[in-house]
Amino acid sequence: MVRKTCFAIASDRRLGVNLQTIATDFERIFKIHDKLYIGLSGLATDVHTLYQRLIFRHKLYQLREERDMKPRTFASLVSALLYEKRELAKDFVVSGTASESLYGACESMYKPNMEPEELFETISQALLSSVDRDCLSGWGGHVLVTPTEVQERTLKGRMD
Amino acid sequence: MECVFGLVGDGFALVAADTSAVHSILVHKSNEDKVMILDSHKLLGASGEAGDRVQFTEYIQKNVHLYEFRNGIPLTTAATANFTRGELALALRKNPYFVNILLAGYDKNIGPSLYYIDYIATLHKVDKGAFGYGSYFTLSMMDRHYKSGMSLEEAIDLVDKCIIEIRSRLVVAPPNFVIKIVDKDGAREYAWRESIKDAGVSAA
Repeated sequence: MVRKTCFAIASDRRLGVNLQTIATDFERIFKIHDKLYIGLSGLATDVHTLYQRLIFRHKLYQLREERDMKPRTFASLVSALLYEKRELAKDFVVSGTASESLYGACESMYKPNMEPEELFETISQALLSSVDRDCLSGWGGHVLVTPTEVQERTLKGRMD
Repeated sequence: MECVFGLVGDGFALVAADTSAVHSILVHKSNEDKVMILDSHKLLGASGEAGDRVQFTEYIQKNVHLYEFRNGIPLTTAATANFTRGELALALRKNPYFVNILLAGYDKNIGPSLYYIDYIATLHKVDKGAFGYGSYFTLSMMDRHYKSGMSLEEAIDLVDKCIIEIRSRLVVAPPNFVIKIVDKDGAREYAWRESIKDAGVSAA
């Protein structure tokens, strides 16, 4: 979710193989640099591989340009890597096994120009309500909100 | 029907695996050691396709040794886990290895650790893990009885409970298991749990 001066990014923490849960503390949100985070859903092996490739490309960029990549530039790098159509949403982006639920929750709860605390509350409610109804997502959540500094908070949802 | 499971205790990590080598309906041998000692302070418990298991784990072992020879110091457990995952990921989209791995190790300033690495190169650091049909029973037993910082006696007791569950509840249950541990004194075999001993070849 995005607002004028901050954004929030949230993920669930379940690592599973079909219906079996392997772990409940899997990290899916990665820091690229101070002002850029990426959340990756899908096959855990691809999450890992893609993250390694992206951080490698960004480090090379940093060495050549002596600065951090802009989010827009990074988005085109990700899209080029994934061969997908570029979609720059103005309000929110969702992905994962509970994506349909998330679309509904975000659509109804989101409003533009929210303060960081309100943004945090909204994204947490949207995440938890969708993820608690999906048997393949869950075991809590992880939210980062950035006005000026980064706030990281863990959520407790249905732990099943 | 291969079962591998492991857990981290107080200052040690252990890995247990069944010891049956099976092809279709035939049990080739029931004392096949599937937990490899990678180096002085690392264990690699592997399950999966027989050829891949032996070839891949030996490949990892030789590379771990090579690093130590070249650089004079051993790889950390985390580095070994990431190297193993990297090799699996590299082969994944060409010619995948069908091997699931539990890597246990002890590092001097870090302590014991256990890594879950499956055949599609998923890597995660865990306190307890299991592969195979046996995992349906062992994970539940460990969820119930495991607590962090268990003593060796408590951990072995839990392992025995898991083995009893597998033997009594899995339809084609492997009869024998090997248990290996790694702690500050190194990686070594701890015990075998045998209910069928391989009979010696009788004289003609």
